[in-house]
Amino acid sequence: MLAGLKKSSPHDLTLPAVALEGVTVRYEQTVALEQVTLRLRRGDCVAVVGPNGAGKSTLFHAIAGVVRPQEGEVRIYGSQPGRHICVGYVPQRKGVDLLFPVTVADVVMMGRVGQMGFLRWPARRDREAVRVALDEVGMGEYAGRQIGELSGGQLQRVFLARALAQEAELLLMDEPLTGLDLPSQEVILGLISRIQQHGVTVLVASHDLNQAGEQFPLILLLNRRVIAFGPPEQVLTAANLLSAYGSHIHVVQSGTEALLLADSCCSGGSALQQLSASTATQPVMQETLAEMRPPR
Amino acid sequence: MEIGQFFWEPLRYPFMVRALLASILVGILCPVVGSYMVLKGLSFFGDALAHAILPGVVLAFLLGWPMAAGALVAALVAAFLIGFISQRSSLQEDTAIGVVFAGAFALGVALLSTLNNYTVDLAHILFGDVLGVSARDLWVICGLGVVVLGVIVALYKELLVLTFDPMLALVLRLPATALRYLLLGMVALTVVMSLQTVGIALVLAMLVTPAAAARMVTRRLPAMMALAAGIGVFANVTGLYLSYYWNIASGPTMVLVATALFGLIFLFAPRRGLVWRKVAAAG
Repeated sequence: MLAGLKKSSPHDLTLPAVALEGVTVRYEQTVALEQVTLRLRRGDCVAVVGPNGAGKSTLFHAIAGVVRPQEGEVRIYGSQPGRHICVGYVPQRKGVDLLFPVTVADVVMMGRVGQMGFLRWPARRDREAVRVALDEVGMGEYAGRQIGELSGGQLQRVFLARALAQEAELLLMDEPLTGLDLPSQEVILGLISRIQQHGVTVLVASHDLNQAGEQFPLILLLNRRVIAFGPPEQVLTAANLLSAYGSHIHVVQSGTEALLLADSCCSGGSALQQLSASTATQPVMQETLAEMRPPR
Repeated sequence: MEIGQFFWEPLRYPFMVRALLASILVGILCPVVGSYMVLKGLSFFGDALAHAILPGVVLAFLLGWPMAAGALVAALVAAFLIGFISQRSSLQEDTAIGVVFAGAFALGVALLSTLNNYTVDLAHILFGDVLGVSARDLWVICGLGVVVLGVIVALYKELLVLTFDPMLALVLRLPATALRYLLLGMVALTVVMSLQTVGIALVLAMLVTPAAAARMVTRRLPAMMALAAGIGVFANVTGLYLSYYWNIASGPTMVLVATALFGLIFLFAPRRGLVWRKVAAAG
């Protein structure tokens, strides 16, 4: 049993886990999200893909209630995100201060801060929740390690444990697989699917279209607007990808397979970086190629 | 001279007893608050704040207020201006800090220079005068210290989340903005308290140096704070005695001892020190 589900969910589970209606977010002059409408059911597992600046982070911030949209509204199980502490999030490795003097157990305990309330120190049930969550992700024996001593995959597991200890019902993960070797990616993907099977709704921002298409039942293709949302074979079509990545990408249809070429020659290579982020070990030419499954 | 006599002899003078108590209090408090500054990268902010309170100190003297009150008002005004300028312009926060800090410091020196027969000595404000600590000063330091440490103990886990992962603080609905201002406010209070001991120019060293040294050899925040406080107390007490026997200014001596300890840890810390790593790499 997952640590995050000990407490019965306080929400009306017949309502959508996440519902965005015409959400628009602007920063100063730039529009980060425009008229985004999206409905996720409890337990959905979605890969959010799109070019740099597509608004993936802003989408997460809006769902977490950290930014307030200028237009439209966000509902988590029917209520405003501002009232929830059930939204867990897993940061990018590069956004974490690895030299910070905290141990693995300290980081996971941070997930309990919302439950504990002000002026309280951790009680036995909090320590128990931390222990169970760490065991759940297979990091129990690392509880006393300083976080800088962990590998990238181990660090992601610790942050997943933090979300479990938090009893998160909605999990936002920012590029959790970037920079991990394949075995570590497998472990993280396995944990994500276990968490999702227990009714936690998961959104994963990803640069890697291949991986998103192979590992996630649902894809949200985003470029400020929702370009497409649904199962991979419906979303990752040549037309949709062109619409999301624009002229940075060439899609070649060859027999049964669509071949995707990212072109970086003229415009700074942002799309190239998107596509090659997880294939850094391959030769340069291959980095520009991402094989797509054919639309069915 | 035997050790006991070395220790007790200066304490014949009441001003030395007060100086010792003030050094110990400041030696505990500065490094604890400074730990957050080291972890949040607030060193420059702390330095700027310390300099920006000079006009407040001078005005307090002119108006007959307690020095701490003027300093506190000036610190709050400076902190507000820094936030206001960096939010309402395209400038980076460190630029705004630089502008406010230099401007306020200049205002303070200018005000000071207009006083004909001022008894507030610029050198004392800049470099502290721990030997001149009055009993009332000591009570103020003690009271503020209890408040600041009490807040840190009460809000330990919230402040930890805020320093380690501000995004989590927002997601968990912690009052992140209020906590951030609280942290800056505690830095300001600590600077004001330490004025008398080490002065404006050197207070940064009290805040940052012991905390930085402790960070290099600890793996958890409570341990870092405890060790930093230990280093702070040791440096201040040692500095005070050295200044007594060698007749050197006390504030700078305390800072020099802390800096020497930092250097030792930087070079010789087990596993993480420079020399240790060189030896490990060679062997």
